[in-house]
Amino acid sequence: MSGASTSWTRKLLWGFSLPLIGMFLIASLLAPVIAPCDPHEIDLAIKLQGPSGAHWLGTDHLGRDVLSRLIWGARTSLGSVVLIVTLVMLMGLAVGCAAGYLGGKIDSLLMRFCEVFLTFPTFILAMFLIGVLGTGLVNVILAIALTHWAWYARIIRSLVLTLKNREYILAARVAGAGRLAVVLRHLAPPVAAQLVILATLDLGHMMLHVSGLSFLGLGVRPPTPEWGVMIQDAQPYIWTHPELILFPGLMIFLMVLAFNVPGDLLRDRLDPSARGEG
Amino acid sequence: MIRFILNRLLLLIPLLLVVSVLVFLLLRLGENDPAMSYLRLSRIPPSEQALAEVREQLGLNRPLVVQYFDWLGRALRMDFGLSYVTGAPVLDRLLYYLPNTLYLAGVSMLITLGLGLPLGVWSALRKDRWPDHFSRGLAFIGVSTPSFWLGFMLVFLFSIKLGWLPPLGMGSPLHVIMPAFSLSLMSLCINTRLIRTSMLEQMNARSVLYARIRGVLEKWVIGRHVLRNSLIPVVTAIGMHMGELLGGAVVVENVFAWPGVGRYAVSAIYNRDFPVMQCFLLMMTALFVVSNLLVDVLCAWLDPRLRYGKGAEL
Repeated sequence: MSGASTSWTRKLLWGFSLPLIGMFLIASLLAPVIAPCDPHEIDLAIKLQGPSGAHWLGTDHLGRDVLSRLIWGARTSLGSVVLIVTLVMLMGLAVGCAAGYLGGKIDSLLMRFCEVFLTFPTFILAMFLIGVLGTGLVNVILAIALTHWAWYARIIRSLVLTLKNREYILAARVAGAGRLAVVLRHLAPPVAAQLVILATLDLGHMMLHVSGLSFLGLGVRPPTPEWGVMIQDAQPYIWTHPELILFPGLMIFLMVLAFNVPGDLLRDRLDPSARGEG
Repeated sequence: MIRFILNRLLLLIPLLLVVSVLVFLLLRLGENDPAMSYLRLSRIPPSEQALAEVREQLGLNRPLVVQYFDWLGRALRMDFGLSYVTGAPVLDRLLYYLPNTLYLAGVSMLITLGLGLPLGVWSALRKDRWPDHFSRGLAFIGVSTPSFWLGFMLVFLFSIKLGWLPPLGMGSPLHVIMPAFSLSLMSLCINTRLIRTSMLEQMNARSVLYARIRGVLEKWVIGRHVLRNSLIPVVTAIGMHMGELLGGAVVVENVFAWPGVGRYAVSAIYNRDFPVMQCFLLMMTALFVVSNLLVDVLCAWLDPRLRYGKGAEL
């Protein structure tokens, strides 16, 4: 995607998304300090109240403070997505490096295996895995990582293939470095560095998966403050309290957007072929 | 062309076999016991004896390999077992709901193409002017919006506030508008940008330059040379989007109480109704695979070079 050719649009987009990411980072790291109330504290006497001095964004159907739940929700979303990306990168690096560097039969075997995973629609496979493993934060992270690693393994393999015959790798081998050492010291780091950027592009996409699963009741379990769960909780109150759906959805939207914008801009810079006519 | 299609079909067989092994083995992952689920759903107290009986009845105490081939053999004869909840054949139930899901996905695909194609062409022809900026902005918003949230916001605006559209269920053609729009927004935005990029690339092709030199009318240059060639990556992307669309349909069906397979599958997952889950995953995967096959065939038709594989000169 190109189009942000003028520097001021680029600056505008960076200026929009970096503060947002910063805000979400601070919210998730400092949630216990910033959140005005306990996100789990139930008080049925004040349920479904509008904004007030004590509860800036009102309360939900169990009288829990919406603002505090939104802030803690940032921690759940960001934390799970970062873990997913880390897992996916590790699995992708292991399989991709092995396939690309060793080549031959191992390569074709591993790539066939990837192909099998790519045959499934990702979200539906993730649903199935959760059906097998059970709901909960850890299982959601596992399910989404298991459904996405194959894409990464493929990209990593092709990156490894381009690096494999570089002189510095050959030099390391001539100097007597073993296969594992070459991969760990000389192949994996540059590949990982290139991929971290690609992975930010995927953060938003994976966040939508996490919240989508949670909305279906197949993700994070209900008392945990999570934006998808909050929307599911608020579903029966759409006639009277639509803001209970509006706020968490807006948070998902803003966080995904904040990660998509730099992803898009960076891809423009990294991949000249995506620049259209340039 | 027929040879190409046959080739692709033959390649699918080993792939689908491995898929079936995986689907079968994944269920045995984790600590869940199908016999236990069966008892719970049939409301039989789980005593040692009852468990043993159910294991015998479901054939769970045979070796895994035997179980797999038995299951595969019956699956090939379109027998996917009985639901633990209703006791009815799993496939019948899913096939009953499937047309509704295909209807929803089909309308979404129509929206994606019907709006995405003109919008993409328009922003390519007006590159870096306001139509282009508009579609870029829309793309950012579209790919970041969770479909279920968009669904609720549409319900709030068009059903609750304005009273124009029915909020839930399926019946009149009006019912499909909001679900289909929520489902299609993301692929619509991605495709619009893709069409634009792909058109801009094609505009630099030598065949286009040559057509212009020959004095071919601009509308023919765009229509015959640029658009046709730039459709290939778009068609490929649509195949990929089918996966997202099928997954997204599950979510959207649950927002709008749309009686599709996704809603049924989610309730099956709550119940741990394993035969339904297995059949649903296989069914969706088969749909995904078949649509990708169709896409490949379509691409080969659009671009004859693809029919001959690697051997042919590019």
